Amino acid sequence: MSALLSPIKDIHSERRLFIARVVLSVVVSLLLMGTVVARLVQLQVVDHKLFAEKSQGNRVRIEPVPPIRGLVFDRKGRVIAQNLPAYQLELIPEQVADIDDTLNRLAAINLIEFEDIERFKELSRSGPRFKPVTLEFRLSDEEIANFAIQRPRFPGVDFRPRLVRHYPDGAAVAHAVGYVGALSTNDLQRLDPAAYAGTSHTGKTGVESSYESDLHGDAGYRHLIANARGRQVPSRASELLDTLPDDLTPAPGENVYLSIDLDLQMIATKALEGRRGALVAIDPWTGEILALVSAPSFDPNLFAVGMSTQQYRELRDNPDRPLFNRAVRGTYPPGSTIKPMLALAALETGATNLTRKTLCRGYFQLPGDEHRYRDWKPEGHGPVDLHDAIAQSCDVYFYEISREVGIDAMHDYLDRFGLGTKTGIDLDSESSGLVPSKEWKRSAFRNRDDQRWYHGETVIASIGQGYMLASPLQLASAAAALATRGQRYRPHIVAAIEDALTNERRIIAPERLPDVEISNEFYWSTVVGAMHDVMQGPRGTARAVGTGAPYEMAGKSGTAQVVSIAQDEEYDDAELEERQRDHALFISFAPYDNPRIAVALIVENGESGSGVAAPIARSIMDAYLGFGDDAS
Amino acid sequence: MLTSGSVTMRLSDTQRLLMPKAAPLSDFGLIMRRLHIDGPLLVALLLISCFGLFVLYSAVGESNRLLMNQVVRLGVAFVAMLIVAQLPPDFLRRWTPWGYFAGLLLLILVLTKGDVGQGARRWLDLGIRFQPSEAMKLGVPMMTAWYLHDRQIPPRLGHLAIIAVMIAVPTLMIAKQPDLGTALLIAASGVIVIVLAGMSFRLMLGLGVLAVPGAMLLWTFMQDYQKQRVLTLLNPDSDPLGAGYNIIQSKIAIGSGGLFGKGWTNGSQAQLEFLPERDTDFIFAVLGEEFGLFGVLTLLVLYLFVVGRGLYIATQAHDTYSRLLAGSISLTFMVYVFVNTAMVTGLVPVVGVPLPLVSFGGTSMVTLMAGFGILMSIHSHRKLLPH
Repeated sequence: MSALLSPIKDIHSERRLFIARVVLSVVVSLLLMGTVVARLVQLQVVDHKLFAEKSQGNRVRIEPVPPIRGLVFDRKGRVIAQNLPAYQLELIPEQVADIDDTLNRLAAINLIEFEDIERFKELSRSGPRFKPVTLEFRLSDEEIANFAIQRPRFPGVDFRPRLVRHYPDGAAVAHAVGYVGALSTNDLQRLDPAAYAGTSHTGKTGVESSYESDLHGDAGYRHLIANARGRQVPSRASELLDTLPDDLTPAPGENVYLSIDLDLQMIATKALEGRRGALVAIDPWTGEILALVSAPSFDPNLFAVGMSTQQYRELRDNPDRPLFNRAVRGTYPPGSTIKPMLALAALETGATNLTRKTLCRGYFQLPGDEHRYRDWKPEGHGPVDLHDAIAQSCDVYFYEISREVGIDAMHDYLDRFGLGTKTGIDLDSESSGLVPSKEWKRSAFRNRDDQRWYHGETVIASIGQGYMLASPLQLASAAAALATRGQRYRPHIVAAIEDALTNERRIIAPERLPDVEISNEFYWSTVVGAMHDVMQGPRGTARAVGTGAPYEMAGKSGTAQVVSIAQDEEYDDAELEERQRDHALFISFAPYDNPRIAVALIVENGESGSGVAAPIARSIMDAYLGFGDDAS
Repeated sequence: MLTSGSVTMRLSDTQRLLMPKAAPLSDFGLIMRRLHIDGPLLVALLLISCFGLFVLYSAVGESNRLLMNQVVRLGVAFVAMLIVAQLPPDFLRRWTPWGYFAGLLLLILVLTKGDVGQGARRWLDLGIRFQPSEAMKLGVPMMTAWYLHDRQIPPRLGHLAIIAVMIAVPTLMIAKQPDLGTALLIAASGVIVIVLAGMSFRLMLGLGVLAVPGAMLLWTFMQDYQKQRVLTLLNPDSDPLGAGYNIIQSKIAIGSGGLFGKGWTNGSQAQLEFLPERDTDFIFAVLGEEFGLFGVLTLLVLYLFVVGRGLYIATQAHDTYSRLLAGSISLTFMVYVFVNTAMVTGLVPVVGVPLPLVSFGGTSMVTLMAGFGILMSIHSHRKLLPH
């Protein structure tokens, strides 16, 4: 017993003391509850008459008025998301004699689905009987006309206007602006119920979600006078009107201006049509996103209006994954697009110099190893220096210097360009990608053998293969840093926020990130100059795209091997073959001597970075710099 | 004397002194004891729950779906109670510090990476979503009781200081979420333990005096909406749509109920949706409107019976830990009932405290019933002697 362990414990007096304290707390408890009971007697007996009268006269109801959602514009003030009036079909349970019959007849004239009848019956049972149940969120013109004729047959059923979010350019902007959808139970737990009283939809993805608090606005309320059964009566009819407190007008949400240029967005969407891929264009001196496209896309209006389960299932289960934002969330092996950055790493660490030449025979072998690491050009590039290695994209040169640079220095420099970490763009669910290092491998694998870093892995990392992964957004941001020769800005897609009432604008200032510091300015000019020769040099890999342009540009193509296809995915043979083709990548910026736009894109299974991806980048730069088809 | 098989267990003098005069147990009583169920407590809790379901059905607009929701939650909570009742108090005591520190760890996790709901970080998602502050409702009284278990009673000043830290750390962390209501209730459950343990009245008085600057400090800690609630209590008409509206409408609802009420599902205040939060924090007003003073008093008597039974169990407990814990659980329940009813009748500011076992909602119900499980465990494991 504890009593024996601690001699100071006196069990008898302890228990006596405890009982005394319990008695005391009982007294206090009874006093407290006595106060409550006294209060109840005061309310329910003494003042009962007064309160009974008040409850009789209590006919003023407070109804929330939802705010109008802010609009979304592109950088030139063109509408990307707006609110359009639409009619919804409602049923007021207490005015309908036979709900079953009414719903069945509505289904018979195709206004509602037969399978939804049970749900509507439950809905009309669960709420107050005077509260309307929404049967259909958006009636088409034909449906309105159809119902208008039949209306006398359906007492208690009527249509009512409301505002529906509308995206005029639908699929072209879907992955940038996102979409709104009906409030879910999860949303209701997350959001402030007072601000969302009366609101039916909320931002689910994209800017609609990340700027929800700006776009939504604040709810207001108004006083309604209800009759004995709780229904609203015209307020003028009542003498109570004079005694009503003031209503509160809702504060509309703020308008959001994207840095997106709708023209570029359309060109990119069109160029990627029928393909899987993504493109990001960025202003290198501000970090403003000029275009952000992921293909295939979907119609965001489907979410705003509401779609059938069947429609949603088709979107979700489509093997091309239209709902997946490849630009921000997709990660791909960057391939040769990282070569300019690795070249800077190699120069800065002293692993190579500007005059060193390598004889490229088309393959590379590690000492004491039979394995041949192949160049993309089987016959080899011949003698190449660093400039040639970038301009002609010689793999062997990078294989050779990779061991001297080492994986940790590679990681260090790619990290300075923002690869392997989230860019911090103002959009949800960004991927961080992956730039491997020895330390990463130690912590990522459980098995001891797997934790070791192998030389061969450094070799393939030098051409952006192996573990390395980057998103199109990260590549665009890195391309921007090459364009500015080391100045970095955090990518952002919202340029300004505007008060809907005063039209006062708040410009979102560019956020400068730590520079990529390279000690010798000459290293920059060599590397960036080599990127220039990719496009305009006599042996540049993308010279077919660059020559003849009215301005000079810099670029780097990449081709990434598709590692494997997941076991559980099933494709027919032709499709399987198509999906094993290499991914085509391209990063670029223009004009060469005064960069104003940086573009990165990937075309899944596009095979050739310079052949398939580069022309798309060119068309974007043409349009932005005023040399597009429309301009000429 | 207890016999178990052929072995007669011998009791020490102290143990015999502490045991109540053993009343002869009926067969039924024996079965209940073997199942570690306390009959009177169970019956009272079931009565409250059934009564609560009736009121709730009316408050949720006669929705069968919501009613079934609540029935399921109650079912889960009662099962939780019965499971906890099977754990012997010694076992609970041994694991108390582990549980307490695990709870603290979870609170840190909530503050750093918890889910935000309604502007506050309260939820943690570890496979299942839950609020660690709920676990601390039991964790704090258990820890304070554990600490005092082998120490001198009444506690010395130094020990009290350590206990103050044990209470203050989780309280402040929960207040920071911010969830001031829960923080204050958790602080209360710990303070109750030291009051029951015999903290001197002089000290209490001294602390009471110190509470004045403490309250002023608290005021600076409060969120704007919390300050608003205190201010609206003083002048309900200042905020007709916010908390003031709640108090005005709930007073009308209760007052218009009179002696016998307007009848089940006939309360105009509740049915016409004048009364906000009528299925959760303000459900007591629905009860007052539809069942009148008579119905309200019936529920209060049931609540007081539960508190009384709990305190009785505390006085019969065999060791310091069980005694203090049982006392704290019972009195904290009492505090819940008081705070909710006093808030709905406009006596104290609106703090988000549900009416136990009656309000719609499940998270706090499981903790509450687990607390009663501990009471049952303490009472039913009593004669199985500590080794």
